[in-house]
Amino acid sequence: MKRASRIYTALILLFLFAPIVILLVFSFNETKSLSVFSGFSMKWYRELFRDRDTLSAVRNTLVLAVISSLVSTVMGTAAAVGMHKLRSKWYRAALDTVTNIPMINPDIITGISLMLMFVFVGRFFGLATSLSFWTMLLAHITFCLPYVILQVLPKLRQMDPALPEAARDLGCTPLQAFFKAELPEILPGIITGMIMAFTLSLDDFVISYFTQGNGFQTLPIRIYSMTKKTVTPKMYALATIIFFVILTLLLISNLTDQDDGDKHKTKKVKSED
Amino acid sequence: MKKIFAMVPALALAVVLLLSCAGCGGKTLTLNVYNWGEYISDGSEDSLNTVKAFEEWYQKEYGQKVRVNYDTFSSNEDLYAKLSSGAVSYDVIFPSDYMIARMVNENMLLPLDYGNIPNFEYITEDFRNLYYDPQNQFTVPYTYGVVGVIYNAKVVDENDANGWDLLWNENYSGNILQFNNPRDAFGTAMYKLGIDVNTNDKADWDAAQAELLRQRPLLKGMVMDEIYNMMASGEAAIGTYYAGDYFTMLDMVDEDNDIVDLRFYYPEPTNYYVDAMCIPSCCQNKELAEIFINYMLSEEPAVANAEFTYYASPNSVVLNSQQYAEDMGEDFMEIIYPPMDSFRNNYQAYAYQNLDAETLAYINELWEKVKIN
Repeated sequence: MKRASRIYTALILLFLFAPIVILLVFSFNETKSLSVFSGFSMKWYRELFRDRDTLSAVRNTLVLAVISSLVSTVMGTAAAVGMHKLRSKWYRAALDTVTNIPMINPDIITGISLMLMFVFVGRFFGLATSLSFWTMLLAHITFCLPYVILQVLPKLRQMDPALPEAARDLGCTPLQAFFKAELPEILPGIITGMIMAFTLSLDDFVISYFTQGNGFQTLPIRIYSMTKKTVTPKMYALATIIFFVILTLLLISNLTDQDDGDKHKTKKVKSED
Repeated sequence: MKKIFAMVPALALAVVLLLSCAGCGGKTLTLNVYNWGEYISDGSEDSLNTVKAFEEWYQKEYGQKVRVNYDTFSSNEDLYAKLSSGAVSYDVIFPSDYMIARMVNENMLLPLDYGNIPNFEYITEDFRNLYYDPQNQFTVPYTYGVVGVIYNAKVVDENDANGWDLLWNENYSGNILQFNNPRDAFGTAMYKLGIDVNTNDKADWDAAQAELLRQRPLLKGMVMDEIYNMMASGEAAIGTYYAGDYFTMLDMVDEDNDIVDLRFYYPEPTNYYVDAMCIPSCCQNKELAEIFINYMLSEEPAVANAEFTYYASPNSVVLNSQQYAEDMGEDFMEIIYPPMDSFRNNYQAYAYQNLDAETLAYINELWEKVKIN
């Protein structure tokens, strides 16, 4: 039985990672072939760093992901705190549903409706081009928001409601009570929400495709448009770099998470004493 | 955890710095170019980055900085959708012939001032006034291409390699690739049957569908750009694509292997296309756009682009360039520029033209049936 479950896990890992490993290996290939590995070479990495348009697409994607994840984290956390404090159950349920719509909606509908709205507003104000970096940013914030809210709300529900009250009792202003008592409690939720928002924004194609303005092309759109010819191995090199950056980020975040977990445990033990 | 949180303001600051630099540098003109992906020489593998070269040339010539925003699209339909939404503004675009005809019809293109494009004289007579732009007011041809058959000589017998029949040859069942879009797929059947590809007669389209249904069980798959890897790896042995793409595939094949040996030939009749540079009506700086088009016709960038894309060039400067012929080699020149009595006559007779809406809907209906079979 144990052996069977091990084989099963191994199979799952194989299916998940075989494509990435192949891409990784062929990013070091000497030729453009995807079937024969003819020799080790850093050629495609050199080509990648010489390709101005791809690099600027990477930069655009990162700028967009960082700003939209930050803004949606701040907005989403504030919204979650507000929603948590609502007394009316009916009102809260209604708000919950409304915030979840961008998440449940197919991307293509979100994308098209956002584009139509931007065009409408742009026409209304008589702008020559209604789509720009800013519309794309707004779109990304829109679809990231519910994920942040969804991560923060459960943390608020888990939190002892007496905590902020105790802080107020001990002389904190409401603002101080939030930053000193509540925020540290819900921080793990906020961080997870932010990371989710960041990754979602990073690899979004459909919504970006509809809301993209001129002069601000993101990486997924650029790769998609390479299909007239074939995707060059530079992209394998880029994917390899992205894979390792994300891997190290994940490792760091997991390691620090573990430290945090340990601290919590010791705290709890002490309080039980 | 807290450390990560402390990084946030630092990151935000970095982002603001990055963004704020977009506007620095004083009076810089911008030119928004919208082209197919991988369709211009971009400096890879020691080629000339023609967009960057234009920026440098312009500054030297006119003493003003220009920044080219270069975006890419993946199909004519994408381009059309973006432009017709009215939400973007591009100065130079590179649509294909049938899309140009449609855009001219819908007043989406501006007439060019050929006074600003003196290099238009390099465009061979054969490529002027084609059906999509009969008075040649809107377009400057960029590339053209001819559809051919690519086959793996290790699998396919040389004697079988002629005409469209190879794609219906039962000996190679499970080894044949067909286009995965209705117009091109029906095209192959219609050229085979000798039917006009621009007909409005439903019976003709029915006949083509029957031919496609007959071919269906022999197919390895219906593909678009997947064809590159499938042909280069030997997964499939017969496919049709543009002549330039054959050379892209050759690049992907390992030299010393004994399973793949790709060859190429033109069936008769076959499909022709022209992609051209145009200025859309949303253009913000028409003169600059015309200067850009003119620059792309001059020798150095035109040769670099032709060498990069592998597609045929309608530019006589490229055709007469000693360096181009030397760089690309004899085989390439023979295949890419096949002897033709008249490109114009072939093109006007066999290129895809816009069909009326009713016929298009009918083709889509027929196509669905081919796909599910």
